[in-house]
Amino acid sequence: MFPFIRLGPFLLQLPGLALLAGVWVGSSLAEKEATRLKVNSADVYNLIFYGLVAGIVGARLTYAARYLSAYLANPFGLFALTPATLYPNAGLVIGIAVAVLFGWRRKLPLRPTLDALAPGLAAFMVALGLAHLSSGDAFGASARLPWSIYLWDDYRHPSQIYETLAALVIFVMAWKKLFGRNGDGLNFLLVVALSVGARIFLEAFRGDSVIWAGGFRAAQVVGLLVLGICLWLMRRWAQPLAPMESVS
Amino acid sequence: MVLALGAVWTFLSRVPPAATTGGAPPPSAREGFSAPEFTLDLLGGGQVTLSNLRGKVVMVNLWASWCPPCRAEMPAIENVYRAYKNKGFEVLAVNTTYQDGEAEAAAFAQNYGLTFPIPLDRTGAVSNRYLLRALPSTFFVSRDGVIRSVVVGGPMSEAVIQSKVEELLKETP
Repeated sequence: MFPFIRLGPFLLQLPGLALLAGVWVGSSLAEKEATRLKVNSADVYNLIFYGLVAGIVGARLTYAARYLSAYLANPFGLFALTPATLYPNAGLVIGIAVAVLFGWRRKLPLRPTLDALAPGLAAFMVALGLAHLSSGDAFGASARLPWSIYLWDDYRHPSQIYETLAALVIFVMAWKKLFGRNGDGLNFLLVVALSVGARIFLEAFRGDSVIWAGGFRAAQVVGLLVLGICLWLMRRWAQPLAPMESVS
Repeated sequence: MVLALGAVWTFLSRVPPAATTGGAPPPSAREGFSAPEFTLDLLGGGQVTLSNLRGKVVMVNLWASWCPPCRAEMPAIENVYRAYKNKGFEVLAVNTTYQDGEAEAAAFAQNYGLTFPIPLDRTGAVSNRYLLRALPSTFFVSRDGVIRSVVVGGPMSEAVIQSKVEELLKETP
């Protein structure tokens, strides 16, 4: 793992660069797919941009809110380039909420817009796996296998490689349009369902799982819930499109 | 069918908390693991052993006198140290002496009026153990000796340090 490169006075963080590349590739693919599905591509790009900015700002503000006195005394701390002072979960919720609000205000059609986002989301998941690989996060459980990697003072499952390979397969399937019909939302749901399914399976090989009561891995339990919602929606959305949601 | 398979797999892959870093974590230089143990000579005399500080929140900061971000964040570290040292907070500002110099470290500490302990990593063994890849690198260690946050690069603002320290001090010893 080589997470940092020093270029003169600058310390480049490779995981951050991988995520940035993922956002760039993902948003470019989403724009391209939006054009193909006849959804306003500028709106789709802005939806991603506003969601992303809101997510990052929200993650920092929610962190600062918890330590209000420290940040009121040193407000410039809000601008610190320190990922350790972000609340990612809060940022994710805020980012999605802002993106949904933006889409609603711009009257973007739900299912075609989601389908436009599908290949971009799949590409981002590949970048996320690469970010984990370069940082050593999302590491595997201890295991002595021919393909084990030595990481964090132990031989482990190369869980980041498993994750990246699964994401690559899902990306190829999404990019080749193996799912659903154009703009019916199924492509997006399948990308989410397959990603969640892969996570449920691969979580068993992780060494950093949050464990809940009974020894259950939190990510698998939450994953099952999300998978259930996806499958339920897929059954509903497999019906022919309502005229309002059709691609014009 | 898919959900049922997922549920079965979830059930089969249950583990006790000790099987992941949620149990008694092995030592390694990352969040969720026990902070690797070290004993080092201190600038000005004496020795310090990390495990002797169990029960305190410890900030291990690896630095060198020639590193600009290290210089920039030292006043903030000193301010937070003075504010919280009586509440169970300790700073170990490990000078990477193998790539610096004791005289330079001493002059640096005097110039900045540093009052916290400065261990000297003369051989680079501690830097290796903490997988040092960039200066400064900072490890926030909880009262039970587990690394809870890592900040690579800098300079850290006072708010960043204070928030990390407050979070760990709130935890029951």
